[in-house]
Amino acid sequence: MAKYNLKINGEMQQVDVDPSTPILWVLRDHLNMPGTKFGCGMAQCGACTIHLDGNATRSCVLPVSAIGKSAITTIEGLSANGTHPVQKAWLEHDVAQCGYCQSGQIMSASALLKSNPKPTDEDIDNAMSGNICRCGTYLRIKEAIKTAAKTSNAK
Amino acid sequence: MENIKLQSRRDFLRSSALAGGGLMLSFSWFSEAKAAEKIAALNLSEQWSELAAFIKITPDNVIKILCPNPEFGQNVMTSLPMMVAEELDCDWKNVVVEMGTHDNVKYGPQFTGGSNSIRMYWKPLRNAGAAARQMLIEAAAQTWGVPASEIKTKAGILSHSSGKEAKYGEIAAKAATIAVPKDIKLKAPKDFTIVRNSKKNSEGLKIVTGKPLFGMDYRVNGMLIAMIQHPPAFGMRLKSFDATDARKMPGIKDVFSFKLYDDGFEQGGFDTRAFNEMIAVVGNSTWEVINARKKINAQWEAAGDVKETMMGRGGKTEKIVPGRLETTAKQFEMMAEFDKRLAKELRKDGDPETAFKNATQIIERTYNAPFLAHNTMEPMNFFADVQDDKALVVGPLQAPGWMEPSLMKLLNLPADKIEIQMTRMGGGFGRRAYGSYVYEAARISQKLKAPVKLIYTREDDMTYGIYRPMYTATYRAALDANKNLIGFQVTGGGIPENPIHANRFPAGAVDNYLADGWEIPSNITIGAFRAPRSNFNAAAEQSFLDEVAEAMGKDPIAFRIDLLKKAKENPVGKNNDYDASRYIGVLELLKEKSGWGKPENAGKKRGVAAYFCHNSYAGHVVDMVMRDGQPYVEEVISVVDCGVVVNPDAARNMVQGAVVDGIGQSFYGALTHKDGVPEQNNFHNYRMIRHNEAPKKIDVHFVENDIDPTGLGEPPFPPVFGAVANALFKTTGKRYYNQPFMSEQAKL
Ligand code: FES
Ligand code: FES
Repeated sequence: MAKYNLKINGEMQQVDVDPSTPILWVLRDHLNMPGTKFGCGMAQCGACTIHLDGNATRSCVLPVSAIGKSAITTIEGLSANGTHPVQKAWLEHDVAQCGYCQSGQIMSASALLKSNPKPTDEDIDNAMSGNICRCGTYLRIKEAIKTAAKTSNAK
Repeated sequence: MENIKLQSRRDFLRSSALAGGGLMLSFSWFSEAKAAEKIAALNLSEQWSELAAFIKITPDNVIKILCPNPEFGQNVMTSLPMMVAEELDCDWKNVVVEMGTHDNVKYGPQFTGGSNSIRMYWKPLRNAGAAARQMLIEAAAQTWGVPASEIKTKAGILSHSSGKEAKYGEIAAKAATIAVPKDIKLKAPKDFTIVRNSKKNSEGLKIVTGKPLFGMDYRVNGMLIAMIQHPPAFGMRLKSFDATDARKMPGIKDVFSFKLYDDGFEQGGFDTRAFNEMIAVVGNSTWEVINARKKINAQWEAAGDVKETMMGRGGKTEKIVPGRLETTAKQFEMMAEFDKRLAKELRKDGDPETAFKNATQIIERTYNAPFLAHNTMEPMNFFADVQDDKALVVGPLQAPGWMEPSLMKLLNLPADKIEIQMTRMGGGFGRRAYGSYVYEAARISQKLKAPVKLIYTREDDMTYGIYRPMYTATYRAALDANKNLIGFQVTGGGIPENPIHANRFPAGAVDNYLADGWEIPSNITIGAFRAPRSNFNAAAEQSFLDEVAEAMGKDPIAFRIDLLKKAKENPVGKNNDYDASRYIGVLELLKEKSGWGKPENAGKKRGVAAYFCHNSYAGHVVDMVMRDGQPYVEEVISVVDCGVVVNPDAARNMVQGAVVDGIGQSFYGALTHKDGVPEQNNFHNYRMIRHNEAPKKIDVHFVENDIDPTGLGEPPFPPVFGAVANALFKTTGKRYYNQPFMSEQAKL
């Protein structure tokens, strides 16, 4: 066990866990932040996507010991009440079916738009293909990303 | 107006409540992730008047509608309450939706699956809304001293020509004391104002803000985490194990083996389980349990044949599950052998033997498909807190009522001491109709006398699943010298069930018809999978019909419509279980919307298929291209006839999802075995369709009619397989007989 001071959604949090613990389980089990989902545990499905210093990262394979001073953003920290342009676009297009993959999809999409405010279809495919949705909501996700790109650029 | 007699007073519980003021609420509750908190923050009354089992109203006019059925992405938490709200005639903005707890007496069957939710609740939920509305009217009539017949309602407001007006909330407490009406009047479809108008997902905001909605997210103080080590292969069982090292791992509470069912346990129809004896690892946190599980030193042995006792509708039966350790290639060999043997006749019309003897051309094709794993994005999990005198179980489950009888037996508790709560499910597709993971959680909690959440990893979920069976079918068509279809035969089989629906199209459309089938028992557990038999059949039959049409020199849509016209005007045989007119309607609309046969589409590589299942009719035209040397579905036009469409945009979402899922499953889906061991165990070796492989456009159309709604979760899925197969032929010039199609493609 070891103590870690983590910067999560702008706040410092301390946890005492095994250094190998993936940040996914630190969030879910130790910090009671279940918005970040478990889907595969091997960086194959994207359900666990968070931002590490703004970049989309799979939290299921990222040990807590590797975080250092990097800032973590989770779905809970994207906005307090669903006002981030990506979340708004998701609601506008009523993207979700079961909804389980959507935290991860939203985190991948918001990271994409931060680094590439006007993505092409190909850019979206490249950035999003690590996020699986068994319900098959891919088309709406793409539409929602385009809508979010428009609204965030307009600001 | 439709008059319906109430079946029982019990359906409409009433409760008294205190009267209160009437604050007009002009914002939408759906913009609030936590309605309860908002109500508290605004200092609104929490005095809910219950008007019918599904409806509660506060004096401030907040209307709570309980959703009876578990939600797994088919959007019932929005569409079912819409049906209540429609007849209640309230303002949708004032509605909050809440998941009902398990109570089959109060809420009805509460079963999500078989594309049944809307169909089975179409009348009961509208009755509840209409009954509540009539009670509100009666209460207003008494308050105002005017005849009830003179009171009108609109968007949650009661009014009388004298100028009197009241919001539902102001009258609700009195309405709750009114006798339940005996005659319920329902609206005619033309008067719908909520149903048929797209409403946003009632849990949309919670989903996009990551609120704890799913079983995986459920937790209570002091809860332990459990995982299971199951035998590595179907057909194996636990011999012995040493958990000394595992127990020493940090955070671990206990490691023990347990039996799911006692010897002679009478299994219900949905008590399917792959293994009976397993090792449980229980500890404080998920990561600790994952690590400790790796330290278990277990020995496994061949289980041999196992006797199981089933309690079905037809009474008690016993079956022997063979102990064979199965390997996929051998399974296909065995199926090919069975395919040649005499199968059990399922339906026969006319004289197929003579028709085939007299044929000038016989087309015969065999189709194969592997097991499929469900791969819901949320792996199986369940919470259980079993105490000596009561139990609480919480989690993702499609049919809580089906699990209750076995839970009572396993825990030795009466029904009223077992509380089952349903969380939102991260996908279901049939998988969560089988509750053995609920029993596993309950067994573990029972042993430890502690609240426990059982979690499957993806590997667990994929390697001891309840799969879509392996299937095969051989189709034969007899053509005469004039290229008329004079005979049709299908032989279907599978491991462990045969896929044939003998009374479905083209039964009824061909004079000489024979359907037969056979089955090979297996220890590999199988179950529902978004219409398992239908999704295989629609691939096989619809690509076979395409090939027959080609041989006859006919357009594939015209060929199907000609056959259906015969089934409509002059049906062959009895018990044809489809409505040929609705089938034709879907094909006609599909033809129109896709511009089928139009010169501007001449260059497109298109495949078409249509299928009937779960009481609905669906068809697709798939436009395929070659992209980087691989077939790619670029665009799809879909048509569905499922009667009244309650929530059109959500329905379109589900059809689009079915199309994407169908392309993915038919292209890539396969679970294979080697000596009983599943050869795929996570998404690196079980391929799922991804963003870049989904079509650019899926255009969805519904046949407009006033027929009572039928299924939508399953029906659009099966014909995707057939349309994809037919488009592959147009694109590559080759017919694809074996799924997954991309493994076939790789061999070409
Ligand atoms: S859970 Fe991390 S990528 Fe799947
Ligand atoms: S919405 Fe269900 S997995 Fe994506």
